[in-house]
Amino acid sequence: MQDGSLLELRGIYKSFPGVKALQNVDFTLREGEIHALMGENGAGKSTLIKVLTGVYVKDEGDIYIKGHTGPVQIHSPKQAQEVGISTVYQEISLCPNLSVAENIFLGRSEGRIISWRKMNKQAGELLDSLGIAVKPTQQLASCSIAVQQMVAIARAVDMDCSVLILDEPTSSLDESEVAKLFVLMRKLKDRGVGIIFVTHFLDQVYEVCDRITVLRDGKLVGEYEIEKLPRVQLVSKMLGKELDDMADIKNESPEYDSKSDEFVYEGKGLCSSEGISPFDFNIRKGEINGFTGLLGSGRSECVRTIFGADKVTGGTVKVDGKEVRISKPIDAMKQGIAYLPEDRKRDGIIGDLSVRDNIILALQVKTGFFKPFSKAKATEFAEKYIKLLDIKTASVNTPIKSLSGGNQQKVILGRWLLTEPKYLILDEPTRGIDVGTKVDIQKLMLKLASEGMSVTFISSETDEMLRTCSRLLVMRDRKLVGELTGDQLTQNTIMATIAGGEKDAE
Amino acid sequence: MPSNALKPPKNSKMPGIFRHQIMIPIAALVLLALFNLIADPSFFKITMGQTSNGDPVLTGQLITIIDYGSEVAILALGMTLVTASSGGQDISVGAACAIAGSVLLRVLCGTETSPEKLHAPIIVGFLVSMLVAMIFGAFNGALVAFFKIQPMVATLILFTAGRSIAAWVNHNQLPNVNEPSFGYFGSYIPGIPIPTPFCIALLCFLVTFLILKFTTLGLYVQSVGINEKTSRLNGLNPEMIKLMTYVFLGICVAVTGFIKVSRLSTINYSVVAKDIEMDAILAVALGGNALSGGKFSMSSSILGAYVIQFLTTTLYKFDVKSDALPAYKAVVVIILVIMSAPAVREKLSQLGKKLRAEKHTAESA
Amino acid sequence: MKVKKMLAFAASLAVCTAMFAGCGSSGSGDTTAPKSEDTGNTADAGEAKTDAGSGDLIKVGIINNDPNESGYRTANDKDLKATFTKENGFDASFAYSLKNDEQISHAQKFIQDDVDYLLLSAADTAGWDSVLKDAQDAGVKVILFDRTIDADPSLYEASIVSDMAKEGQTAVDWLKSQNLDKYEVIHIQGVMGSAAQKGRSGALTDTANAEGWTIVTEQTAEWNAEKAQQIVQSVIDSGKSFNVIYAENDDMAKGAVAALDKANISHGVGKDVIVMGFDCNKWALEELKAQNWNYDGQCNPFQSSYIKDIIDKLENGETISEKTIVMDEKGFDAATITQEDVDNYGI
Repeated sequence: MQDGSLLELRGIYKSFPGVKALQNVDFTLREGEIHALMGENGAGKSTLIKVLTGVYVKDEGDIYIKGHTGPVQIHSPKQAQEVGISTVYQEISLCPNLSVAENIFLGRSEGRIISWRKMNKQAGELLDSLGIAVKPTQQLASCSIAVQQMVAIARAVDMDCSVLILDEPTSSLDESEVAKLFVLMRKLKDRGVGIIFVTHFLDQVYEVCDRITVLRDGKLVGEYEIEKLPRVQLVSKMLGKELDDMADIKNESPEYDSKSDEFVYEGKGLCSSEGISPFDFNIRKGEINGFTGLLGSGRSECVRTIFGADKVTGGTVKVDGKEVRISKPIDAMKQGIAYLPEDRKRDGIIGDLSVRDNIILALQVKTGFFKPFSKAKATEFAEKYIKLLDIKTASVNTPIKSLSGGNQQKVILGRWLLTEPKYLILDEPTRGIDVGTKVDIQKLMLKLASEGMSVTFISSETDEMLRTCSRLLVMRDRKLVGELTGDQLTQNTIMATIAGGEKDAE
Repeated sequence: MPSNALKPPKNSKMPGIFRHQIMIPIAALVLLALFNLIADPSFFKITMGQTSNGDPVLTGQLITIIDYGSEVAILALGMTLVTASSGGQDISVGAACAIAGSVLLRVLCGTETSPEKLHAPIIVGFLVSMLVAMIFGAFNGALVAFFKIQPMVATLILFTAGRSIAAWVNHNQLPNVNEPSFGYFGSYIPGIPIPTPFCIALLCFLVTFLILKFTTLGLYVQSVGINEKTSRLNGLNPEMIKLMTYVFLGICVAVTGFIKVSRLSTINYSVVAKDIEMDAILAVALGGNALSGGKFSMSSSILGAYVIQFLTTTLYKFDVKSDALPAYKAVVVIILVIMSAPAVREKLSQLGKKLRAEKHTAESA
Repeated sequence: MKVKKMLAFAASLAVCTAMFAGCGSSGSGDTTAPKSEDTGNTADAGEAKTDAGSGDLIKVGIINNDPNESGYRTANDKDLKATFTKENGFDASFAYSLKNDEQISHAQKFIQDDVDYLLLSAADTAGWDSVLKDAQDAGVKVILFDRTIDADPSLYEASIVSDMAKEGQTAVDWLKSQNLDKYEVIHIQGVMGSAAQKGRSGALTDTANAEGWTIVTEQTAEWNAEKAQQIVQSVIDSGKSFNVIYAENDDMAKGAVAALDKANISHGVGKDVIVMGFDCNKWALEELKAQNWNYDGQCNPFQSSYIKDIIDKLENGETISEKTIVMDEKGFDAATITQEDVDNYGI
């Protein structure tokens, strides 16, 4: 082990059936540092953390911890705790109906008889020393989420942890609470605790962290000093596009009459209960545009607001120039808007129902309660789209859940195409499906646009978006931060806009 | 062995009907019928009798089954939809039947206990009781749909309070209807040899099937039951659909209450339609419908209801102590629950595969 | 979010409870009304006590089960209220509950109020010793009615009860006296193990064994008319012959008759099937009067005259020879029943 290291991982491998989640990953955490662990979804962050905390057992590799000679074995969360690794998850796993002090000492009395007064006094001292403003006797549920999180951290600290893992701790906190959390983190850092900080918020990384480790596709991309890694490079490393390689691959995107003022959809000051800053958005007939940004930046929330999928809390909407109200999905559907959701399993399919029922559902709802399609008609519809989209299914009666992911996605796509929308929103339609289907879907999008349909497209893969979109709206930290068109549509500018803040550092 | 090798592999292709869930109640029915056929074939005898007025009526055990099974079958219609949409069951239907019956008698008898003349036409009484039952259904539905309370917990409220409410409606009196035509609905309408409850049930089935055919209710209910989030994104209003199913169950409750009251021309709040909720739920389960909601088959539930009555009648016929009946039903429930548990299904299919594989190796050897 | 949901749930529950409480209280309006009178009464009594030496009014506290429990209880309560009036020289307070502990606290309150007599129909047989001892110490005389308790007989003056076995025997004796050519009996029982079921079943079983009667079927319908109907229907369907229906209460007899009517089997006086019931509901006696049923056995709810008797005796300084007093219970025969019987004994 190197001097000053608290924790070292060397050559960690972990695979699940069909997936290599971690391949030869190294990671080093020094004493008294805050170390950001970065990567897009599926990069292997959470697997790495679960290996560290004993939820998963690594396939190969060694873990070294200061104070232990030789590699240590971590086979269970309890063992992880014994070697000084503690985790505070986004979802707080404390007991809300107990007091703060009880939560701090819960399960640690080791058979000794508890003196409540002593316990409360100790807890009070601990909380004071960490600057957490809460009374030990207060019931945990009555504290804010931020305080609960800090109590969880205090509990971890008191258990003599030297390695503290914070997994997305800030996602449900507001700005002032985040600031307080950072004060606490710095305090722990001064005490020599090493903190692994997992977050999607770039600004926060640059505010509080010392070093960054980037993972991508289960592999280590690199470890960097924060001063030496400008934001835009961080983004490029996360997305896996080297800046130099970013030749302009665009120009397959369709030509549409950009002078046409015919807005299919115009929204002003839209916001929803999911906490995105109010944004303006519009789309012309036959246009393909897209929302881009890192995961969690609010791009899905934007389109959900447009479709009325979340509770819409403000803004005005015009469809074809006429002012309308869209507060729930059926309103949007009646205006000819269709939405293919991001989470196919949760929001897209009706698992037990047949392919046929899944295809006709949206049109059926639009048509009305008293006008059900005959079975023959429904089958006809279904077969049409099975053929058109080349859906591989045994029959129209097959339950959709027994189809592969790509075919499920096509069924959902077919469902919305059947409603003949004039504006189609596709949120991550290509995620988790095979390359062939991805290309099919992109081609289909271009074809539909050329026939006059407007499409909004979201994808984590920037090159897909560059290939298809003529306009990109960039999101960062739940704000719309930029709009790119024409020549600006390059990987470099996209990443610079996503990264924000340090554009000139490039 | 060559002769073995020629045999086609079993189970590879079964006709669709054999995989349909309706096979569960059919199998149970066949089993019961076989048992009776062997034990005493006279079980199936149907004779044409006469009422005191000389009107023809059919009698026999089978007629009794379709007669007494009808109340549960009617309730099963609503219970199936409620189960499918909300993934839970309404345990208050028995108490709600008592309320509906009580309201009916209150309208027909006014405040008299045994009036010479009815205070209102029977149909008016029925419609009022239906309205009341629908309101109570809506109450249950609102708790489930809008307050997201577990259906069993939500309906526990009415289950507990219902019979007291029923008693309160008639100021704790037990009114008696003397009008003979009121009794027709629980026995026979002169000239029709089929028990009226069964005719009413047939009418209810017809109406339900027409609703399912000419509206999209079935699709909506299943969608909501399987995936509420997706349903909302497809423009449905899951809360309203759940509420609707509970109101529909309210209608079924009113019809059932009407038949129950008509059978005896009076009501006893504490015991009328007692434990019928369990039979209705059992009918849904016996029909092979998942009690956790989602896809449903209405005809299977109906058949399930009559299978339960078939079982009851069989047990009565063989003089099994009637207080032991619930135990027999419990056995049926246990078998059903175990058979439908995912773990058991997996084991069974694995066993099937293994057997086939062994056979295969034996054949190739 | 969660908190919000919980709040909503709590609110809805509160609304429901309020709603049902509303219904409940109006439902049991009869129960609460006399109670509020009670307090007035006891206040009056307090004043009256100063000249109690003249022995104007005898102060009684009556603890009964909820009159809404059954028709029997309603009749019982009505009877008590009619007897213990100011006109008859009583100052009566009533308390109702189906729960033993509530009854006990009512009893304690009555003892504190210095009643002369405590009349008690206990919800449960156990748990009464200490409170009855208190009563004895305070000089309150206790009379049990309708239900017995597990306590030392020295703690109460008398216990007035129905004898279910006697009721059953009276009925079976009547049946025997009909001298039928054959006895093929459908025996419909009440909830198994209840006092009424045990008494009424026992009489029939014993006599049937002794006389060689055929019991076609013996099933419990749990006091439920619907079940009774199905049981009889089942016998009819299997083609077994029978000529007597012995139902252990009126409701079940009614259910059985519904099945007979449906199958067009005649019943009543001089018809194919003899119908017997118990409890003497008014409507049942009317069926008797119309000759549709044959017999109805009484379960006497009218204990007040017996109680009054005892109180009178005690007031006159007489002693009570028998602690347990079994009430006379009639059995009505359709052939002899009169409108007066219906009016007097129907409950």
